[in-house]
Amino acid sequence: MKQRTNKAVLERDAAPREEAVLECGGLSKSFGGIHAVRDMSLEVRPGLITGLIGPNGAGKSTLFNLISGVMRPDKGEVRLFGEDISGLRPHKIARKGMIRTFQLSREMARLTVLENLMLAPQRQEGEHLASLWFKAGQVRKEECKIEARALIVLDQIDLTHVRGEYAGNLSGGQKKLLELGRALMIDPEIILLDEPGAGVNPALMGRLSDMIARLHAEHGKTILIVEHDMDLIAKLCHRVVVMAEGSHLIEGSFDEIAADKRVIEAYLGGVS
Amino acid sequence: MLSYLISMTTFVGFFMILALALNLQWGMTGMVNFGIAGFYALGAYTSGLLTVEAGWPFLFGVAAAAVVGLVFGVALSYLSVRLRDDFLAIVTLGFAELVRLFALNEDWLTRGPRGLPIDVRPLSGVFDRDGYAIFYLGIVASAVLIAFLVNERIRRSPYGRAAKAIREDDVVAEVLGKNVLRIRIQIFGLGALYMAVAGALYAHYTQNISPDHFTPVVAIFIWMSVIAGGAGNNKGLLLGAGLVMMFLEGSRFLGEFISFMDAEKASAIRIILIGVLLILVIRFRPQGLMPEERFKGPSEI
Repeated sequence: MKQRTNKAVLERDAAPREEAVLECGGLSKSFGGIHAVRDMSLEVRPGLITGLIGPNGAGKSTLFNLISGVMRPDKGEVRLFGEDISGLRPHKIARKGMIRTFQLSREMARLTVLENLMLAPQRQEGEHLASLWFKAGQVRKEECKIEARALIVLDQIDLTHVRGEYAGNLSGGQKKLLELGRALMIDPEIILLDEPGAGVNPALMGRLSDMIARLHAEHGKTILIVEHDMDLIAKLCHRVVVMAEGSHLIEGSFDEIAADKRVIEAYLGGVS
Repeated sequence: MLSYLISMTTFVGFFMILALALNLQWGMTGMVNFGIAGFYALGAYTSGLLTVEAGWPFLFGVAAAAVVGLVFGVALSYLSVRLRDDFLAIVTLGFAELVRLFALNEDWLTRGPRGLPIDVRPLSGVFDRDGYAIFYLGIVASAVLIAFLVNERIRRSPYGRAAKAIREDDVVAEVLGKNVLRIRIQIFGLGALYMAVAGALYAHYTQNISPDHFTPVVAIFIWMSVIAGGAGNNKGLLLGAGLVMMFLEGSRFLGEFISFMDAEKASAIRIILIGVLLILVIRFRPQGLMPEERFKGPSEI
């Protein structure tokens, strides 16, 4: 895992147009007569923060659901590290190294903050029923390791003081931090962030964007981020993809797309 | 009086096993099961018929009941596990009625409403009457203890953590890489196994089972035990099971104080009181007498 990340970062510096780690092509999904996503294609390059923007109803959240396996596409495919993952169940996709967060924080309300973090690591031996008795020693050792790691992450996201609190009692911003913390615990290669800034008060916003920047810079994560807060997008994203009416409109650097007439039209619902 | 107490304690034991099973399924994993009576009956009839008709020894009968409970639990949860909570409630309730109506109508096998007499008991020649009651209470108590220890081991483990995550939000659990389907089926199957074992122990204790012992009201008593004791707390629901049994037994003498009602009406009053009690608990102490314990990391223990 680590090796691939380092390699990816190195290659990005050497050759900026390296092959995408996540790509989708011809992706379509409709609900009844509504085409939420229509023939969408997207490429996410390793080691970059890619922003996905578009007006409300452009299909961004549906696209996230299709990529993460929460919904099955009607047509098209999703490739992760070159492998076709369309139609795979979400937990299989997660184990391949791609984790998503949700627009409304969906914390485990009646699990403590520490428990929420310790839940995240993949393929825990203790998640097999028989191992609780037949590999008890190994389970205990693993649990200690996971806890130690969770305590470090707790410190990073500044939630150490509420470690024993039920996650349901946290503030909106703290829940978002917790969700990022869960992503840190898993150490996936790719993180999909669905509106991390939604419902976060401005004071916490700076901390949140610092954390995302650190996930990228210090941990070498590839990040795809949906966000309405343009300041956040401008500050963080290397590339920005604009979606409108379920498909790919244009992409480029933030300055490029900010100057593009089609983008402004899409947002204002301009007549073509 | 003593033999009455021993008999009541034995009955509390059956309740406790059922409550521990429901705590796995609902308290920890969030799967609604209103079909407790169905698995209970399945275990009772499996062990009863195999020992009486096929001459199996007691232990084999109970083991067979466990296997049958597990198989039906796994099958039922696999068929309906993708359903939302309320639909799972209906499916399980339907299953319980199916089992009961089968037992009622398939005379050739179950002897229908006349009931199935079961004379097979472990070590029946060794003790006198009173001694045997205590011996059987010991068997039931051991079963309770085993189920309790298994539940506690699960609750404190990463497996239990994943189960609780499914209870809280199954989509997020799945996105975090947990195999929601596997855990749900295992937990539901294990709970069904407990229920069937409780049924088998009950059958050999009362020595006569008939379909009217397995009406849906059994599920209500067990739900009441878990809710009053504290969903998710294994110790709490043992207490809950004891309290519900005390309440049921205590209200049995109600008829003597309300002279204008006949026995049938008085027993209806008991059910109404259970309902009132349930409403009061949910209104004033929804977390139960002993709320779910908060997680402690290995370094805090």
